[in-house]
Amino acid sequence: MGMTEAILLTVFTAATPLLIAAMGELVAERSGVLNLGVEGMMIMGAIGGFAFAQMSGNPYVGALGGMVIGALFSLLFAFLAVTLVTNQVATGLALTILGLGLSGLWGEAFVGVPGVKLQPIVVPVLSEIPLIGRLLFAQDALFYVSIALVFAVSWFLFRTKGGLILRSVGDNHHSAHALGISVSRVRYLAVMFGGACAGLAGSHLSLVYTTQWIENMTAGRGWIALALVVFASWRPWRILFGAYLFGAITIMQLHIQALNLGDLEFLPGPVYGIMALLKSIPAQFLSSLPYLATIAVLVLISRNRRLTLINTPAMLGRGFVPDR
Amino acid sequence: MRIEVSRRQMPSQLFSYLSPVIALLLTVLLGAIVFMALGKDPVQAMYSYFIEPLTETWSLHELLIKATPLILIAVGLSVCYLSNNWNIGAEGQFLMGAVAGSAIPVLAPDFQSFITLPLMLVFAMAGGAAFAAIPAFLKSRFNTNEILTSLMLVYVAQLFVDWLVRGPWRNPQGFSFPGTVTFNDFALLPEMFPASGRANIGILFAVVAAVLVWLMITRTMKGFEVRVLGQNPRAGRFAGFSSAKMTFFAFLLSGALAGLAGIIEVAGAVQHLNEKLSVGYGFAAIIVVFLGRLNPLGAIVAGLVLALTYLGGEAAQISLQISDKSARVFQGMLLFLVLACDTLIHFRIRFVTARSVSSPKVENS
Repeated sequence: MGMTEAILLTVFTAATPLLIAAMGELVAERSGVLNLGVEGMMIMGAIGGFAFAQMSGNPYVGALGGMVIGALFSLLFAFLAVTLVTNQVATGLALTILGLGLSGLWGEAFVGVPGVKLQPIVVPVLSEIPLIGRLLFAQDALFYVSIALVFAVSWFLFRTKGGLILRSVGDNHHSAHALGISVSRVRYLAVMFGGACAGLAGSHLSLVYTTQWIENMTAGRGWIALALVVFASWRPWRILFGAYLFGAITIMQLHIQALNLGDLEFLPGPVYGIMALLKSIPAQFLSSLPYLATIAVLVLISRNRRLTLINTPAMLGRGFVPDR
Repeated sequence: MRIEVSRRQMPSQLFSYLSPVIALLLTVLLGAIVFMALGKDPVQAMYSYFIEPLTETWSLHELLIKATPLILIAVGLSVCYLSNNWNIGAEGQFLMGAVAGSAIPVLAPDFQSFITLPLMLVFAMAGGAAFAAIPAFLKSRFNTNEILTSLMLVYVAQLFVDWLVRGPWRNPQGFSFPGTVTFNDFALLPEMFPASGRANIGILFAVVAAVLVWLMITRTMKGFEVRVLGQNPRAGRFAGFSSAKMTFFAFLLSGALAGLAGIIEVAGAVQHLNEKLSVGYGFAAIIVVFLGRLNPLGAIVAGLVLALTYLGGEAAQISLQISDKSARVFQGMLLFLVLACDTLIHFRIRFVTARSVSSPKVENS
């Protein structure tokens, strides 16, 4: 495997959890619910996935467990935000705080325990295509799931009746209610789908990305997933693009940190100079790049107020109480 | 059975006082169940969590030390949330305030004068406010979501502090531990009752800030503006209030108070700047705001309650061998239950069974 291929492979691995989590949140937000608890659901999925994989010895059971934990955990949010009509921003934060605490308590026994890795599934023949073969056809199951999710969500939202109902609830819950649609049922399902995705994304971190349990290991990825939804202006395919962009930024800073200048002396002078310059930047500044990039991207996207308003689900963040 | 909520015509006065209390009681009850599930005696667990820390003088001092940053940050955040500005990045503003204030004793250790400390406090407030100005600027200028930007800046601030205390600001005599030099006496906050514990005068700053901000919100035109723009931005615009200016006002105020909290923590309890400075005060303060019902005076009481969960977590770790992560769990549950109980203020909740749906019900309100 060549150097470029190896780097691209790590980009794919970094992008997958972002893509899955953001896809779930996209569906929740399209139904009008702003769930800021992605970080909390994701970390619960990370520990849940790790714990189930440990107990069963099977990483697939782990991934499924992480997904179920994420979905169940999101029910807490749904009950408050949908049934009790609480402030969605505060409730989402509560979910994140609780998730970080519960996962820490649960994960205490797993600190330093070697994990079970979700092995790549190698598709014969196709994986032998130069360059893209190994990237697209020799990946772990969750990579295939993430790509399938983009197709599935995009098809569901814009090509099915269920998708139409979901979007109508997000765009005008009063009309949807008047048409006899159960707003709360749609929103419960959408939130749980988001929770399942966030949980699955979390289990990717503990079963593929690091294969161990580290406290607070999501490190803001849940929030980046939320930002991706805004970045994508609530469109599935743009999330795919955004996730890979952020995967690339995350990986780039790691590679610069790991760079060994001694190995690069063959490079032409100016290129070597740039590399040396990048290498001289303290690690902490490089590590803050994904967060700064998120801010930069949000600024670029939000500048056009009119464009953002067109795409935002009109009822986003607003609770629904039927009139009687 | 279904649960139905319907809007009350008037917010319930009764529940606006009762809801935080109910939430707290439910949290304790739920906590007892969690401890029982962990195989601990729930009564003893709750005792060592919530009562034991209150029985000794030294731990009362610790309670004040932990409550100080929570109250200060929450007072600022309550202005933000009342005006509908979702500053979630107080943790970052706390850290950058600590950095700005620490710059004086770290870079000029020989500057030992009675104005050293006041100057540090001013620097810290300016530092916190400046850091909070970033999401405020982005929101008012580019319409950027302030929740996400202020939160991203928390990670940036954490990494920045980490770099400072391991790099340029590291104490050369620190035995290779990250952290700055210990501050000299002129750069430390005076203790209140040195004979019985370490509580410093920081708590006085917190109480004064709470009272001043409460007066501002309830008694002044500015406070009226805060509430109008928060509840009905359209009405606010018609009244000639600028929501962009309000965004800056709320963010700068809360940033300054978070920065002040940061330097109080450094110059009070810790006595030097290190990378483990904050134990999540910026996030716990969000719970304080809601438990205190977005009222700065309520934040004083709520801050003490949240401080107790930190102490209780430490106590439970020692006496019950339970991870101190349990404190985080309590805090999360508390915020959930506060939000759930606050529903009772604005909504009537009915449990509807299949039978009662079919029988018509007389509304008496």
